[in-house]
Amino acid sequence: MQLQNDERVLFTKEMKRDYTILVPTMLPVHFKLMLNILREYGYRAELLENSGQRVVDSGLRNVHNDTCYPALLVIGQMIDALESGRWDVHKVALLITQTGGGCRASNYIHLLRKALKKSGYGFVPVVSLSANGMEKNPGFSLTPMMLDRIFYAMTYGDLLMLLANQCRPYETEAGVTDALVDRWANRLTDEMKGRGPLSYRAVRRNYDAIVADFAALPRKTEEKVLVGVVGEIYVKFSPLGNNNLEDFLLSEGAEVVVPGLLDFCLYCVYNQLNDHKLYGAGGFWKTLVFRKVYDMLCKKQKDVIEAVTREGTFRPGGYFPHTVELVRGYISHGVKMGEGWLLTAEMLELIEQGVGNIVCTQPFGCLPNHIVGKGMMRIIKARNPDSNIVAVDYDPGATKINQENRIKLMLANAASIAGQHAAREVPLPRHEEEYGGEPAVSSGFFSNSQHE
Amino acid sequence: MERIPARMTMGIDIGSTTVKIIIVKNGDVVYQQYERHMSQVRPKTLELIRMAKDVIGGGELTVALSGSAGLGVAKAAGLPFIQEVFATGEVVKSYAPDTDCVIELGGEDAKIIFFTGGLEERMNGSCAGGTGAFIDQMATLLDVTPEQLDTLSLGSEKLYTIASRCGVFAKSDIQPLLNQGARKEDIAASIFKAVVDQTITGLAQGRRITGKVLFLGGPLYYFKGLQREFVRSLGLSHENAVFPDMGRYAVALGSALFAEKTGQPMTYEELVGRLEAAASESHAARYLEPLFENADDYAAFLNRHGKASVGRADLDAYEGDAYLGVDCGSTTTKLVLMAEDGRILYDYYSANRGNPVEIIREQLVKIRARCGDRVAVCGSAATGYGEDLVKNAFSIDAGLVETMAHFKAARFFDPSVDFILDIGGQDIKCFKVRDNAIDSIMLNEACSSGCGSFIGTFAQSMGYSVEEFAKLGLFARYPVDLGSRCTVFMNSSVKQAQKEGAGVEDISAGISISVVKNAIYKVIRAHSAEELGQSIVVQGGTFLNDAVLRSFEREIGHDVVRPAIAGLMGAYGAALYARELALPESSLISAKELESFRHASKSVTCGLCGNHCNLTVNTFGGGKKFISGNRCERPLGREAAEPLPNLFAWKLEQLEALKPLPGRRGKIGVPLGLNMLENLPFWHAFLTALGFEVVTSGVSTRETYIKGQFSIPSDTVCYPAKLMHGHIADLLEQGVTTIFYPCMTYNFDEEKGDNHYNCPVVAYYPELLRANVSELSEPGVHFLYPHVGIHRPAKFADKLFHNLRAVYPDLTLREVREAARTAYTAYDDWMKAVKAEGRRAIAWAREQGRKIVVLSGRPYHIDPEINHGIDRLIASFGIVVVSEDCVADLVEPVKVHVLNQWTYHARLYNAAKYVTAQPDMELVQLVSFGCGIDAITTDEVRDILEAGGKLCTQLKIDEITNLGAVRIRIRSLLEAVEERERSHAATK
Repeated sequence: MQLQNDERVLFTKEMKRDYTILVPTMLPVHFKLMLNILREYGYRAELLENSGQRVVDSGLRNVHNDTCYPALLVIGQMIDALESGRWDVHKVALLITQTGGGCRASNYIHLLRKALKKSGYGFVPVVSLSANGMEKNPGFSLTPMMLDRIFYAMTYGDLLMLLANQCRPYETEAGVTDALVDRWANRLTDEMKGRGPLSYRAVRRNYDAIVADFAALPRKTEEKVLVGVVGEIYVKFSPLGNNNLEDFLLSEGAEVVVPGLLDFCLYCVYNQLNDHKLYGAGGFWKTLVFRKVYDMLCKKQKDVIEAVTREGTFRPGGYFPHTVELVRGYISHGVKMGEGWLLTAEMLELIEQGVGNIVCTQPFGCLPNHIVGKGMMRIIKARNPDSNIVAVDYDPGATKINQENRIKLMLANAASIAGQHAAREVPLPRHEEEYGGEPAVSSGFFSNSQHE
Repeated sequence: MERIPARMTMGIDIGSTTVKIIIVKNGDVVYQQYERHMSQVRPKTLELIRMAKDVIGGGELTVALSGSAGLGVAKAAGLPFIQEVFATGEVVKSYAPDTDCVIELGGEDAKIIFFTGGLEERMNGSCAGGTGAFIDQMATLLDVTPEQLDTLSLGSEKLYTIASRCGVFAKSDIQPLLNQGARKEDIAASIFKAVVDQTITGLAQGRRITGKVLFLGGPLYYFKGLQREFVRSLGLSHENAVFPDMGRYAVALGSALFAEKTGQPMTYEELVGRLEAAASESHAARYLEPLFENADDYAAFLNRHGKASVGRADLDAYEGDAYLGVDCGSTTTKLVLMAEDGRILYDYYSANRGNPVEIIREQLVKIRARCGDRVAVCGSAATGYGEDLVKNAFSIDAGLVETMAHFKAARFFDPSVDFILDIGGQDIKCFKVRDNAIDSIMLNEACSSGCGSFIGTFAQSMGYSVEEFAKLGLFARYPVDLGSRCTVFMNSSVKQAQKEGAGVEDISAGISISVVKNAIYKVIRAHSAEELGQSIVVQGGTFLNDAVLRSFEREIGHDVVRPAIAGLMGAYGAALYARELALPESSLISAKELESFRHASKSVTCGLCGNHCNLTVNTFGGGKKFISGNRCERPLGREAAEPLPNLFAWKLEQLEALKPLPGRRGKIGVPLGLNMLENLPFWHAFLTALGFEVVTSGVSTRETYIKGQFSIPSDTVCYPAKLMHGHIADLLEQGVTTIFYPCMTYNFDEEKGDNHYNCPVVAYYPELLRANVSELSEPGVHFLYPHVGIHRPAKFADKLFHNLRAVYPDLTLREVREAARTAYTAYDDWMKAVKAEGRRAIAWAREQGRKIVVLSGRPYHIDPEINHGIDRLIASFGIVVVSEDCVADLVEPVKVHVLNQWTYHARLYNAAKYVTAQPDMELVQLVSFGCGIDAITTDEVRDILEAGGKLCTQLKIDEITNLGAVRIRIRSLLEAVEERERSHAATK
């Protein structure tokens, strides 16, 4: 793929020394680990933590308002950071991920550059982070050793997120779960220092140790409603994008189940294989390499699942090769823009795991989600009558009260499905057959009313 | 049934607009109240409870709350809360177990519950406004109470098509109808019909509403007209459509039942005590900075703006010539009588109240009387939405498009002006001026329509006049942040702010700020004051509101000029234009003729073509007649001598000419929508070669949409995609049992950009259809939607062969390869033919000295139900219409600042680039609502055009059928181009 914007500002070798690379937030734990790796390899990287209305306003000012909400937030967060005065704008670079695909999300980096130019920050270099190296910068490269570490930062991140989600609602002492997550994040950061390849045996030992540590947390045994969260990757994961959805669900007494980030990577690799199958794309050797990578990643995922299963306390995440099979009969694997078929698959995976209550998050007007999210709900509901899915749109103008009211409806249905309300017969006023029908009859129902 | 103990239970339902309270004792309702809370949520609730004191007595009762505003109160008071839809569901399950479906409309939310075939409860999405609040707004628009609106609707004779996507879209269909003089009865009924359509598409989402349907909620209880439309649209029998008297209280009753099970018994005093404590609790909303610190601050501001005034002369003393300007806007009517030297003799500004003709008549009578023989009206001009109507009614000399009127007035005021922002009732217009001519025009579209009429409607609903309401905001301490997406979103933000305890003044200030933000960030898309210009003039009635003016200056950080006659600028510009005409004599209606002036209107359906336009025929006495609502000249009795070349019409004709050829493999259906409107020649050739008889669905009409609207799962998807549901239904109705509609991630590679994708909706809509149109999964129906790689001709046939062989085992690879070759050739020929026809049209236009418009969008914009006849509208101005694909390869591929990875969009950039080098061409871009990708292309196309010195015109289209706003945009473009050419000629 050939890219334009030849005039883009490069991140040079000199810049590596004294420029600070600002990274937008998406998954707090994962990103923290990954950032530490960048630092270890000589980059001055910082995670942006600015949030709130200022970020949204900055996004509205700098991005076409019909652009998807994640773009608006990420770009808003970056420009707000530049304007904050915290950094010397002539000594910062911005890092953004680039996926490349039929969704408009692949345009984020270009929209960011446009916005920078418009705001007078055209000189700030933007570094693209993509699996296939869509844009090159002389001062920024991910070496194999770094990629190796970033990969494990992701599997660790997924595992920590999985376990923390299963502990947080049940903790007997508030905050112990997050404290444990922090402790592990720091320890893992220390372990990943150094230059040589990581010992996979050590990684697997860590998996076991992490699971054991979480299992040792004191937990209440009460029953909680399980609620899955799927959706567009940014609003699904980022508290900034989804109005702190996880906190809200927790406060409503739910346990949150969120499929991990590795699945999304596997999905991207799988799509390469599938493109070969569908269209004959990417010759024999390239496909063979992707096949190997795919198998290797699946194996790594399996090791994490096994670590969780071995210990026995927690529910493990889904195994990707199985997740792939779940969508057959629902949607084709050819649907690969945005979260594509994976979004449908994750809903089905959750349902299969007994998590039938699902919040499907999407930016308002998200194109792929018309198909893979809202477009698949009818068929999912028809084949899984106990599933209980609510689609929630996120947007600068969408009010929290409306979002929460819809989620509350889902939760009420969840409780009902769980049979918690079915236990007692509802005591009812008489004349139940008179509700409805001709007005004369139903007004009779109110014959005792003092107020007409 | 077990009787409940002799204890009372109370259900409180606090919605966005009303409070409902019900008390049940021993199975009988002993108390019920339903009242609007006017945003005074907590005090109102308490008031209604206090009224029940005697009913409650000294005993204990259980209490639960529900409703969107109930949540906050429940939290604050520590009372149980039940989600309202869930509450409804519980009640209906108990009381009317034979119900199949419940439809409940509230003030802000619409809900549906399906009971039969899997319980499902849904609420409307964020982008939907067909509810009680919407009906209230529409009533205000018609200047009637909601009750009168209902009464009116019962006297309807016909229905207009009113967009049902949301309240704002509906409004932009209704306003022009009003201005054209359509009957209020018909409009009222059409409003209810729009609510019904909105409910069906937005909520049913693929499930059919059948069986016994229970209609609940306030609006469905009060509005008989709404009831009638629901029954009619759903085809319900009398016994299956149930509108219970207690429909308003369903949620409250559900809460009462819930309280009975979960609530703690408490006494009256305890309950009141808890709520009182809750009422005093204040909540933090998102606050903005106050507009003015203090009165001095405001005085300085007023002083500065007081300087921009215009001279006045006494009409009763003046002698000489005068010129009349009439601005019949969407919501207000303005008149200016101007003296020879530009001073104002008389002015008038008023809301339309749904009948501008009568208002203008009254004014003219007054003016004529005061002029007597002293003042001679030597010229008159009309502008605004109602221009044609009033021009015909009162024999006004000339008309001009409102953008030009505003431009003229602003320049008269400040000849050095380089930026004009006009915020009117319905429209926001911005112009950049360079070299005394308009350099670019930006107009709002439906989704950025937060302007004057929104403030007006809102003020009225709170019981204030606009002026009072605006004043309140000036010194608000904590203006609330209401966002800027659109008025539907803003409305719900207001509701949220109210629930959080924001006062009227904070809301007033917040609305003013939102209107300004909307104009700056969504319409102008500006980033800084420098971009706007040095001399900025702001005008339009909305800027008379000091809070709006202040917000604007604040937001851009720059002082601006607001003429004292900001609200009259259109009319003043028209008067200036009337003076420019230098007529020997004005044809304006005389005092005597005014005496016998009569106005009547009736609506008819034009039968001259398949479009069936709703025409409004206005008669003014003396045989004068004015017809509006038409898309072309035919109903006016003026047939164009010879149709001009029009690529949109031509392409459609070519596709329609592809007829089915009988084949050995039988019939195969192809839906004629989205990318099929370009790829049909390919698939027709391919399938025909394989021995299929290729049957297509008919060209889309409104009926196509209605036929399929039941199965649309996402209400925010684009209209072209929604139509696909109807096309599938059409094919099935034709008796076709095999339908071919492939998924195409990739489009043909035209080597114009970085990649050649289709957008996600075009690429995968067949998957969505399969999952939502249940008929496609019925036995005997084959829906073939393989993922094909049309971009790789070498592999295409082999891959598709494997796919098709599963269904047609007798197919051979050779056969498919051969068919593929034929198909690629056919497609190639088709693209060549399109380009050749484009060249021919351009050559013809140049020969004839005609202007050319490159009407650009996607291939499916040739569908007349999608473009609503915009191509013909443009042609009616004597312009030759070509499409973007005819000119896209006439330039080197354009380098753009974004990832250029969609085949259709790459053409767009190229077409824009090409147009910049052609003096006789303009580009008009069609943008479908909901097209997320166009959020990226529109900015880019604008950049290309403006860098090349061209005006950029973008038309956002959806279901909205009324072309009033489109006509203004096209006329603005044409008149601005003319004005530019004149001024360039003058400077040479």
